[in-house]
Amino acid sequence: MQPDRHEIALSVNGTSHRREVESRMLLSDFLRHELMLAGTHVGCEHGVCGACTILLDGIPVRSCLMLAVQSDGHELSTVEGLASDAGLHPVQQAMHEHHGLQCGYCTPGILMTMTAYLKDNPSPTEDEVREALSGNICRCTGYQNIVDAMLAAAKAMRGDAP
Amino acid sequence: MTTRFFGAPVKRNEDKKLLTGQALFIDDVELPGMLHAAFLRSQVAHARIKTIDTSAALKRNGVVAVYTAKDLGAHWQPGPLLVPPPPVPGIVFNLRSHVPLAKDIVRCAGEPLAIVVAESRYIAEDALDDVAVDLESLPAVVDIEKALEKGATCVHADLGTNVAAHVHQSKGNYRSAAANAHLTLKRRFRYEHGISSPIETRGVVAQWDGRAEHMTVWDTTQAPVFVRNVLAGVLGLGEGQVRVIAPFVGGGFGPKIMMLYPEEATLPWIAMRLNRPIKWIEDRYEHFVATTHERGQIHDAEIALTRDGRILGVKDVFLHDNGAYNPYGLTVPINSQCTLLGPYVIPAYDSTFTSVFTNLPIVTPYRGAGRQHGVFVIERLLDLAAHALDIDPAEIRRRNLIPKDAFPYQNEIIYQDFAPLEYDSGNYEPVLDKALEAIGYADFIANEQPKLRAQGRSVGISIACYVEGTGIGPYEGAKVQVRANGKVSVATGIGTQGQGHFTSFAQIVADQLGVDVTDVDIVTGDTDRFYWGAGTFASRGAVVAGNAVSEASQAVRKKALKLASDVFECAEEDLVLADGKVSIVGIPERFIRLGELAQRANPMRGAVKPGTEPGLESTQYFGPPSGSTANGVHAAIIEVDPATYELKILKYVVVHDCGTVINPMILEGQIHGGVAQGIGNAFYEKLCFDEQGQLLNASLADYLLPTALEVPRMELDHTVTPSPLNPLGIKGAGEAGAIPVGPLFAQAIENALQLKQRKIELLEIPLSPSRVFELIQQASQEGNKT
Amino acid sequence: MKPAPFKYVKASSLAQALSLKAEHGDDARFLAGGQSLIPAMNFRLARPSVLIDINGLSELAGCSGADGGQVRLGALTRYRALERDGDFLKACPLFADALPHIAHPQIRNRGTIGGNLSHADPASELPAVAVAMGARLHLQSASGEREVGACDFFIGLLTTDVQPDEMLVDVTLPVQNPRSGACFMEVARRRGDFALAGVAAIVTLDVERRCSEVRLGLCGVGETPVDASGAAQALIGENFSDKAVEVVAAAVQRMIEPAGNVHATADYQRHVAGVLTSRALRAAHQRIAHAA
Repeated sequence: MQPDRHEIALSVNGTSHRREVESRMLLSDFLRHELMLAGTHVGCEHGVCGACTILLDGIPVRSCLMLAVQSDGHELSTVEGLASDAGLHPVQQAMHEHHGLQCGYCTPGILMTMTAYLKDNPSPTEDEVREALSGNICRCTGYQNIVDAMLAAAKAMRGDAP
Repeated sequence: MTTRFFGAPVKRNEDKKLLTGQALFIDDVELPGMLHAAFLRSQVAHARIKTIDTSAALKRNGVVAVYTAKDLGAHWQPGPLLVPPPPVPGIVFNLRSHVPLAKDIVRCAGEPLAIVVAESRYIAEDALDDVAVDLESLPAVVDIEKALEKGATCVHADLGTNVAAHVHQSKGNYRSAAANAHLTLKRRFRYEHGISSPIETRGVVAQWDGRAEHMTVWDTTQAPVFVRNVLAGVLGLGEGQVRVIAPFVGGGFGPKIMMLYPEEATLPWIAMRLNRPIKWIEDRYEHFVATTHERGQIHDAEIALTRDGRILGVKDVFLHDNGAYNPYGLTVPINSQCTLLGPYVIPAYDSTFTSVFTNLPIVTPYRGAGRQHGVFVIERLLDLAAHALDIDPAEIRRRNLIPKDAFPYQNEIIYQDFAPLEYDSGNYEPVLDKALEAIGYADFIANEQPKLRAQGRSVGISIACYVEGTGIGPYEGAKVQVRANGKVSVATGIGTQGQGHFTSFAQIVADQLGVDVTDVDIVTGDTDRFYWGAGTFASRGAVVAGNAVSEASQAVRKKALKLASDVFECAEEDLVLADGKVSIVGIPERFIRLGELAQRANPMRGAVKPGTEPGLESTQYFGPPSGSTANGVHAAIIEVDPATYELKILKYVVVHDCGTVINPMILEGQIHGGVAQGIGNAFYEKLCFDEQGQLLNASLADYLLPTALEVPRMELDHTVTPSPLNPLGIKGAGEAGAIPVGPLFAQAIENALQLKQRKIELLEIPLSPSRVFELIQQASQEGNKT
Repeated sequence: MKPAPFKYVKASSLAQALSLKAEHGDDARFLAGGQSLIPAMNFRLARPSVLIDINGLSELAGCSGADGGQVRLGALTRYRALERDGDFLKACPLFADALPHIAHPQIRNRGTIGGNLSHADPASELPAVAVAMGARLHLQSASGEREVGACDFFIGLLTTDVQPDEMLVDVTLPVQNPRSGACFMEVARRRGDFALAGVAAIVTLDVERRCSEVRLGLCGVGETPVDASGAAQALIGENFSDKAVEVVAAAVQRMIEPAGNVHATADYQRHVAGVLTSRALRAAHQRIAHAA
């Protein structure tokens, strides 16, 4: 059977891409190995660990549970799009300041979850933060510093005094 | 010398790369012409291999090669003994190391049968289905007690037994201790640890340059130097022809230091054969069976005590599930055996274990490395004794702690570093006091708990003590070099999996050389840059490599001062090294930058004095005579739903002592992470094998890792009792958080539900709401019978 | 864990999707949220030869009727949309309780109600809610359409009455009676995991504040969601009492046959089903007893 291929056009972090992909190629593999955006990591390929979380039209989704072909016509955001010439995004800065990462493997998925959540809910409590993070598994940090980082990022993004 | 960085919570140098998705992990390695491997793994735990027919797979479009054990030819050989057994008198050790691909016989589910190499991983997986395997199932050995019964099937038929090892160690005389005891208690304990399950699985990329006759291997290993040396040997290459790079690794925790995994052994060989780079990335389903585990032990343990709760002796006989092969020796059960002694004075100790072969994946160290099992036994025995003698659980521990003037404390039995177990330093009582204070122990028992009980809430409190042997040899090394631009490069042989080496080592260098911590770049895990050393395991990175880095920095500092004193024609004592320059004390305008000194140390003309070396660089090694012993206490307040037995941790305290601390922020992170894994081990993570040796929950949906909702906020404190065994006084801390959580949960749940009063004892880990319910049901049924 | 090869078609109309399904039958699968299907395909447990992507069929998404007597939910409606639809949650409060238990936000952003009900995992929350509410499921094929009640829709382990050429296109739910209180509760190992046992309870009072109707749907304790409403006899026509609640809980425990799994024994599931029945009934009653 000849591979089933389709043309897709999408934008990632504001850059447009046109590619031809095999229908079964997972979006996570497409981002990493076709577009060479290896910041999105793969941890389980069954939607549980959250390492592969990206934003699809601003909404966090598991890229391992989508086919590349489904991204046609959509706007994706990945970790590579967070920092700018002005510097790190507040969630990145907060994670650095609060030691919210150790091996860094789950970190990109966590950052994407954080940015999307804080857009919807800029003043979360600690309980809400933990719930928001419950779909991202970290094996290194025990979460405490990640929680602190998210609360601090929320504060910074609200423009509150530190 | 001021310590501006050492001891400070310096933010990490490595963060920016990781936060922006720019750090290189194994699956990020992309090479032109790269092929992809998939491993066909046995679905059956024990079987004779009748035939493997790869012809259909070879015909599939996109498949480049398929290999079985036969195809490996002379390259197929059982792996080496990686960690020899310790020199315990009378030891029985039957080495059966694992093989690169199963030949003739399969001994555990997941053991690789064949390797498919294709243009993509997708196609390689398609081709796995094409390989026709004919296996004749054999009875699977899964239960470690049944494995030792007469007539049991042997995992290794040629051995005639399932005994992998038998070790007896003792000190003092337990028999007379028991004879003189006011109370002896004996129980059976079952402790199962789980799998490391880092968020990044394993991977190997191998690239052979036929013209240069050079092999490069990227590997998620915790021991790049060792892997290089062994690989060179098996490939028939010189060590200098092989470069192993451990890139950023997404979590190690122990199983990534198991060496010469089948994938490590075969991929480089295939790369040489096909003359194309080849990549294998373990998927999560494979990880459950292809990466090593830590599993279970059954202990029949007995404690003898005086009337006031002082331990006279402990006797323990235990069985250890080794898995199908034992290339990694006896680290795990030896740690269990030794760490059972804990921070306590135990005058008589008689411990025997049998390590048992089973048709299950290999057991090698995973964070805690067997210490958990021993700590569970002693902590539970003390809790049972406390109840029997009507002594408070914290008080009974206090009475048995090794007093602070008793160090170095000789425990006599042989430890995993092959030396008699000696605790180098310690001051245990203040740690217990701090923990009791932080958890509000006395007030909770006297006031809080009765109030909560009156409200119908089941809330319990618990306390657990432990020691952790850390920082063992053999040695590590570091090369420190001041570059012409004034920045400092450091290379060391160990790898890094998130412990913050890029920062903690930089702190040591920065203070010695008077530079900023961000001006120190660290290279780890690249055998081309540094090829001596052992690896990251047994909580030794900071201790051993840290001290090596310190020695090398000091040597460079001496060279810099000597050279500067020549330049300024003054005494070294009149110089100060700070802000990247050497200047004369009191005359700051007379200075020379370190970078310029480095250039002067490598002159284009003139001479370098005989007996000296060019450049401002030095390579030094550090090998501690034995491991140093850290210690700690955990305390928790846990609420249990009296109907569903679900629980919620209300308060969690850790107080520990790992000697001098390089970076308290990084240290706390290690403790947090360890506790989270301990919580997983105590109440959520359980490997469920059926009687045929099949893993029933091989997915993250059913193997339950704790999330941000299961891990509470923790309160941390520490004391500092430096180690006399290394100049920096550090002890390791990487595993501490994970060690005592099992007994802590058991004690808290018993306390919350008042189980002891109902004659119900929790003598096993992991627990779960269902298991607690079951144990309570069983006890009440038995109660009804009597 | 890469999926086996398949032919992918993005359906441009419902008619096209149904026609393709009629052509390929069980060899084809509809791709909606993909949050159950794609993991199954990555594990190679599911190997459809044709994947019909229906995500473009926006007419299949959406909620209407929340202000009337019946709510119609398009099968392609994502959990995310339901979570944010205050009118819907008011009309069907069991969903307000149940939705936070479904996996995690990232999954709920893609997963659909149609996908959930068609997948029919016995531990899944929404089938139990559908049974408790007496939902009606609307199925369509290239050759016709029909409606099935929730109790007849779930027929076995991961098996529904959906025929090889059919698609679940919408679900009709009654708007909650103003004299009813409802509650969904579950026990799971971690938030978002499949339920070890879950109970959806609706308690309806008559004008004298006695129970006129009790609906009970359970998940996780059988191969399909269990309609345990019959066990609530002890409450009907009576004033709500703890004693009656315990009788009902015990009756529920007797009528179910949980199978046990790697996380819990059957006895535990049975025990917890009883505990949750009590708690959910009490909470449901509280919600209406304290209303105007």
